[in-house]
Amino acid sequence: MIDENQRQFLQFEQPIKDLFEQMSETKKLANKNTKLNLDKTIQEIQDAIVEKRKELTFNITPWQRVQLSRHPDRPYTLKYISLMFENFVELYGDRNFKDDKAMVGGFAQLNGQTVMVIGQQKGINTKTRQFRNFGMPNPEGYRKALRLMKLAEKFNKPIVTLIDTPGAYPGLEAEERGQGEAIARNIYEMTHLKVPIIVVIIGEGASGGALGIGVGDKVLMLENTWYSVISPESCSSILWRSWDKKELAAEQLKLTAQDMKSFRLVDEIVPEPHGGAHWDYNEAANNLKNFITRNLKELKKIQPNELVQKRIEKYCSMGFWEE
Amino acid sequence: MKQNDTKDPNGLDIYNDSSETNKIQVKSKWFNRASKGILTSTSEKKDTPEGFWNKCPKCNLISTSEVLKENLHVCPKCSYHHRIGSLEYYEILFDNGPEYLFDNIKSHDKLNFVDLKPYKTRLDEIHKSKPNIKDSIRIAVGDVSGERLVIGCMDFEFIGGSLGSVMGEKFSKAVDYCIFHKIPFFVICKSGGARMMESAFSLMQLAKTSGKLFQLSEAKLPFITLLTDPTFGGISASFGMLGDLNLAEPEALIGFAGPRVIKETIKKDLPEGFQKSEFLLEHGFIDFIVNRKDLKHKIALLIKIFKN
Repeated sequence: MIDENQRQFLQFEQPIKDLFEQMSETKKLANKNTKLNLDKTIQEIQDAIVEKRKELTFNITPWQRVQLSRHPDRPYTLKYISLMFENFVELYGDRNFKDDKAMVGGFAQLNGQTVMVIGQQKGINTKTRQFRNFGMPNPEGYRKALRLMKLAEKFNKPIVTLIDTPGAYPGLEAEERGQGEAIARNIYEMTHLKVPIIVVIIGEGASGGALGIGVGDKVLMLENTWYSVISPESCSSILWRSWDKKELAAEQLKLTAQDMKSFRLVDEIVPEPHGGAHWDYNEAANNLKNFITRNLKELKKIQPNELVQKRIEKYCSMGFWEE
Repeated sequence: MKQNDTKDPNGLDIYNDSSETNKIQVKSKWFNRASKGILTSTSEKKDTPEGFWNKCPKCNLISTSEVLKENLHVCPKCSYHHRIGSLEYYEILFDNGPEYLFDNIKSHDKLNFVDLKPYKTRLDEIHKSKPNIKDSIRIAVGDVSGERLVIGCMDFEFIGGSLGSVMGEKFSKAVDYCIFHKIPFFVICKSGGARMMESAFSLMQLAKTSGKLFQLSEAKLPFITLLTDPTFGGISASFGMLGDLNLAEPEALIGFAGPRVIKETIKKDLPEGFQKSEFLLEHGFIDFIVNRKDLKHKIALLIKIFKN
């Protein structure tokens, strides 16, 4: 669980930060002067914090949503795995080149039933962020994911993928080893794997890097996440030829969970704790676990061939044009 | 001229004159010709239509459009492959004029996307200035050395050949057509990637086209791609790299991330030849490189090989 004294705050979370500081001052005072009973005051501040958290996610711009999805305290893939599943057995390597630390996966059990769980992994401090390459997989990451998905298909286990990536790594070696091909191959194979696939955007869903493990029968988005063809920053730099239009780009790209749901590009929105998943890991994981459990139950009723057909039809219905 | 010296020899205060044209007129008096130098009358001038001369970006050879066209838009000296559009490729490949398919499917602006100008305006402008190009991909069916073939070809002039809903839908319909008529599918790629103005809708076209390719594969029909300069992003991360055979034109730039982004990320200069066709061939991602002059012959041969 997150250490309440180590919390980090975004700029627009300043009102909450102020309340936190107020509370720690009050607590200090209470410790110093044992005659003073400040329990009521502390309770009031705590209530105010909850109120502020509610308020914040109510009135929030798309760009702030993007910021929340990148919140340094936000739970990442391995955190969700440890809170939602039992008996996680992590599996490494793509059997060709190496093990990509930005992509994790393995067998795990959900309410006693085996699933294959795969996702991008970010680090929680400077050292681990570098180790995880900031959640940006190389081709071997996608190939590792594909190996695990094929393994799941062979033993008829459903697949759950957790997406949280600022994009596939745009590096020199990534190109040498075929970043495009690796993502293309995954997308292609995922369209017709004969087991149920549930995809969850738990943080950032940036473009091909996300879709490389993101084709599924059900696609869920957590409340404070984004999913788009390009990050708002890169979009701003390309279309506006400036890095300063990211807020505007975030609006124009319609990348929030609400937008994506209204376009029927994702199926459901998973609510987060007030203020964002970083306020309560257990609550966030529990919500998600319920959504996955329910969807998995429904998907397991469908025959494999029908599943594949429906999946392809679903993606074929996406798009808009005039005739 | 010094900043405080605002008088010209004619004594006119040129810097206080607000009109730009006046300034030039007044200034030009200074070096007026005594008599006219060029005496050729305009009627005697040779008529040179727009775009008559072409300069090769690689070797600077200047050749006429006619010569270039005869040479299939390949530089006669250095064999540089000039960028061409779908109609030029069709002329090179098809024996006779092909039949165009699904030309009536048009882009529209569902998201009301506005960057420097609205997406709708962008579309209207292209439709007006280039009525010949319907969208970023054109689909046609016809005979290539007697072999029936559906060819999808991208037009880079249409928003950088970007992959949007229309390309996805035309691709999808083309696959259905191929399956129904039992014809192989050949796609010529030339694109900067997914179309940002359609946001996540364009991203989903990667999955849509890949799903259709699975159906084509189930029907045991060949899918061949030709990657030309440039092929990036969403195309290389979907059907561009999913051919039973992936071919490329010489020296085409092909990759997932653009060179500028990579350079910014790794903060190093990129090696020569990076992301060129030859580089991809060396790293095992394309089957072979084909010169445009051999393209028709090679494609027809491949179709025959798959058939017999």
